[in-house]
Amino acid sequence: MARKIKLRIWRGSAKEGSLHDVEVDANEGEVVLDVIHRVQATKINDLAVRWNCKAGKCGSCSMEINGKPRLACMTQMANFEEGETITITPLRAFPVIKDLVTDVSFNYQKAMEVPAFEPPADLKPGQARMAQVDVDRSQEFRKCIECFLCQDTCHVIRDHEENKKKFAGPRFFIRLAELDMHPLDILRNRKKTAQEEHGLGMCNITKCCTEVCPEHIRITDNAIIPMKERVVDVKYDPVRWLGSKIRRREEIS
Amino acid sequence: MALTTGVFSSGRAELQERTLRTDRWWLQPLITVLVLLSFVVYATFRAFEGKNYFAEPLISPFYSPCLSTECVDGASLIGQPFGKIVLFGLTLSPALFILVFPLGFRLTCYYYRKAYYRSFWQSPPACAVAEPHKKYTGETRAPLILQNGHRWFFYIGLLFNILLTIDAVLAFRDAEKHWGHMSVGTLVLLANATLLWLYSASCHTCRHTIGGRLKNFSKHPVRYKAWTVVSKLNHYHPNFAWVSLFGVAFADLYVRLVAAGTITNFYFF
Repeated sequence: MARKIKLRIWRGSAKEGSLHDVEVDANEGEVVLDVIHRVQATKINDLAVRWNCKAGKCGSCSMEINGKPRLACMTQMANFEEGETITITPLRAFPVIKDLVTDVSFNYQKAMEVPAFEPPADLKPGQARMAQVDVDRSQEFRKCIECFLCQDTCHVIRDHEENKKKFAGPRFFIRLAELDMHPLDILRNRKKTAQEEHGLGMCNITKCCTEVCPEHIRITDNAIIPMKERVVDVKYDPVRWLGSKIRRREEIS
Repeated sequence: MALTTGVFSSGRAELQERTLRTDRWWLQPLITVLVLLSFVVYATFRAFEGKNYFAEPLISPFYSPCLSTECVDGASLIGQPFGKIVLFGLTLSPALFILVFPLGFRLTCYYYRKAYYRSFWQSPPACAVAEPHKKYTGETRAPLILQNGHRWFFYIGLLFNILLTIDAVLAFRDAEKHWGHMSVGTLVLLANATLLWLYSASCHTCRHTIGGRLKNFSKHPVRYKAWTVVSKLNHYHPNFAWVSLFGVAFADLYVRLVAAGTITNFYFF
């Protein structure tokens, strides 16, 4: 059975914008993205919204719903109370292109800055072998759908535009961790550059990235903190540093 | 002055609100502040009190190991290397010689960092709630860069755990030091030591040291197995952090009440 829903949708551009009240029907079992599509079809035909799979796997429909970074396609209308006004805005960490669509190119820039996987030079195609226990750890990070909700909620850049130059963000910390934990990656100084160039030290582990991740990747516990500990190994632990000079250890590279 | 950075930067969605969250996002940081402040007030009072910390065979975890010549008879398990120190006319209590270590362990703990950065420093107060600070440098500069010393406090914390476990074992004696007895105090000290071990064993540094730092789990099956166990415990690290904090305070309070004669330490046998 359909029920009337009150929405406040942000409309505008990079220069100006405001919240607009809209009333629309919502059917049982629908998600926020369904309702936005109904608004588009019946009330505001030129409302801009980015979406694709409607299955929580493409990461396109990231937006803020009642102030929380969410995927619109994974947010059930049943979560909201009768008569509640639902406020929908674009991601507030990135510049607006139009209405609910933001420019997330910051993330693509940061992706390019992460040094790629570097296998041993003598490893021929088809020769690489990995045990399942080694695959499992980085497999969690491969679940990332690049919705950038973690980047959006991270206060380091959300609340401080000036930090964007020197901070890669949680999405790329899991990429760095994935590579650093890869048994066949031999790139040296990945830990040091994580700290010195990608801004790992800026993270104060307040775990908002983990809270908003729709794939439930334990970003802080399984990627950021392990990377912080690895950085301590090479930068802030004189005993480990000395050990690495005396005896080459496979894990300190 | 209104902030012009962050969510109020030009180019971002033009909105006046720091957050549009409609839930009670402020409740969690408020509870954290109240609980941690209560502990700090109680611990400070007890650390400076300098008495009612030992009632044979029970010793308060705030005063163990008791390393000062000011310690009461029987309270010093590993000697008294420190003499009497008077500052501003006040004799330093034995607790003040040691509390910096457990305090440092908790202060640099990855979980407590999250808790106090959010609740006390409001950086951020909650997810998607704009913080009030104009600048942010994280843990890249002094003093917060010292958070990278967590592992040293972890190692020292293990020594404390050993000593507090010995204290719990020694509590299987009666007031005349005869073995084979057990009291409510024994259970209190045992519970305290157990919770502290769980807190240490679930620590992120422990997880890293025991196996997390490896690139090849498959080449180190024993360390991998240990890592999986610590990883499971690590999931509950916040719970252990809180429960062990209450445990320490309760153990101290119990010993204080017994030492002051307010209650009697009931012996089961």
